[in-house]
Amino acid sequence: MVSLDFAAVLEQWPLLVQGIGATIWLVALAATLGGFLGIACAWARTWGPKPLAWLAAGYVESIRNTPFIVQLFVIFFGLPSAGVRLSPEWASALAMVINLGAYAGEIVRAGVEATPRGQVEAGLSLALTPGQVFRRVVVPPALARVWPAMVSQIVIVMLGSAVCGQISARELSYFANLIQSRNFRAFEAYLVATAGYLVLAIALRRLLLWVGPRFLFGTVWRG
Amino acid sequence: MNRRTLAKLGFVLAALMPLAGHAQTALEDVLARKQIVIAIPTDFPPYGFVGTDLKPQGLDIDMAHLIGARLGVAVELLPVTSANRIAYLQTRKAQLVISTLGKNAEREKVIDFTAAYSPFFQAVFAARSLPVKAFSDLAGKTVGVTRGAMEDIELARVAPPSVDIRRFEDNNVTVAAFVAGQVQAIATGASVAATVMQRNPQLNAEYKLLLKDSPNFIGVAKGEDRLRVRVNEIIAAARAAGELDRLSQRWLGRPAGDLPQ
Repeated sequence: MVSLDFAAVLEQWPLLVQGIGATIWLVALAATLGGFLGIACAWARTWGPKPLAWLAAGYVESIRNTPFIVQLFVIFFGLPSAGVRLSPEWASALAMVINLGAYAGEIVRAGVEATPRGQVEAGLSLALTPGQVFRRVVVPPALARVWPAMVSQIVIVMLGSAVCGQISARELSYFANLIQSRNFRAFEAYLVATAGYLVLAIALRRLLLWVGPRFLFGTVWRG
Repeated sequence: MNRRTLAKLGFVLAALMPLAGHAQTALEDVLARKQIVIAIPTDFPPYGFVGTDLKPQGLDIDMAHLIGARLGVAVELLPVTSANRIAYLQTRKAQLVISTLGKNAEREKVIDFTAAYSPFFQAVFAARSLPVKAFSDLAGKTVGVTRGAMEDIELARVAPPSVDIRRFEDNNVTVAAFVAGQVQAIATGASVAATVMQRNPQLNAEYKLLLKDSPNFIGVAKGEDRLRVRVNEIIAAARAAGELDRLSQRWLGRPAGDLPQ
């Protein structure tokens, strides 16, 4: 019978709280900036000029077809040779923004392409500029359509942030690793971290599903 | 098992008996054959590695040649790994093991050890330009270390709280962070540090602060006291003549210091 000693892990709660805080900070930054990047990408691939569309396509394909940890390592270990030296935390945030941006780009693009032509033409006939039509007529219903997929992707990126500890970014899994390397209570430390991620993921999903319709695109577009 | 196989087995066992009751003859054998077989590492720079001329070199190899010269016999180097080096002694395929061997109670049960001949240590390394004379000088600086390694535990114990200790998953990642300039200093073992400095001369890194010393000993087969005593005399003489310090300085960048007998 394995004897579990959660007290040995939980007495390190300040570290765990710090880790959860850092994970929340990372995902908040990634979701906000990555979301905007995704919308910009979707615009470039559907409404943008050809060169921009190709550029966006290249970005999306290269990010969606490479592992996140490799992207993280390129930013943390590769960029310094180009003179850009980011702290582990900022390197992690940047990697998450870039990663989410590519996936969000494809998700939003699906929503944009599903917009009926008539809606766009109606906007233009009301003397709105193409930019206004995209921002006010196309994006809100597109976001409403793909919001569940978008929320899932943000949660996936949040869970993926667990590898940021590899470059010594001090997030939740970094501290779980640190705690188990000190008291050798690996099972308990990772169980606590798992519970932390589970709660974070459920809370994040609920929050986003609540925020979306109220602040981003309005309930009127639903369904 | 029939009687005949039993007889065969008895015969084989009888033939093996002299091996089990090995007499203390290693020193005499070596002097008679004018040759000594010494197990050395080839995968552990700067203690033992293969140079560009494909010949083994390093501190342990120099030490092996020193002992061979003092005994007045030829040296045959036998490359071994950390995992099999003790087995080579037990089966008497080598008379000595000079392979960054640390002494512990478990190993002392199966082989004997001479006096220590070189240091192995965990230390903090950083660029020459970074002024670090004591652990307090590390305040406010970033130090990379492999999580859970001996040097991580030691560093956490001695470093002031304001040191930004960056912990990485394994040695390779820690080294990559140091080489990329993501951390200002690195806390690691002498072997890893020597490899890093050798491959990245542009870092201009040097030995700064000692974290933990765990010296190397020469392994001798159990009970070979005459050989052990002779090697101990050689080590003591080399130490008095400053040869051990010179070896250590050449390969590790610091003198051998106080080595246990």
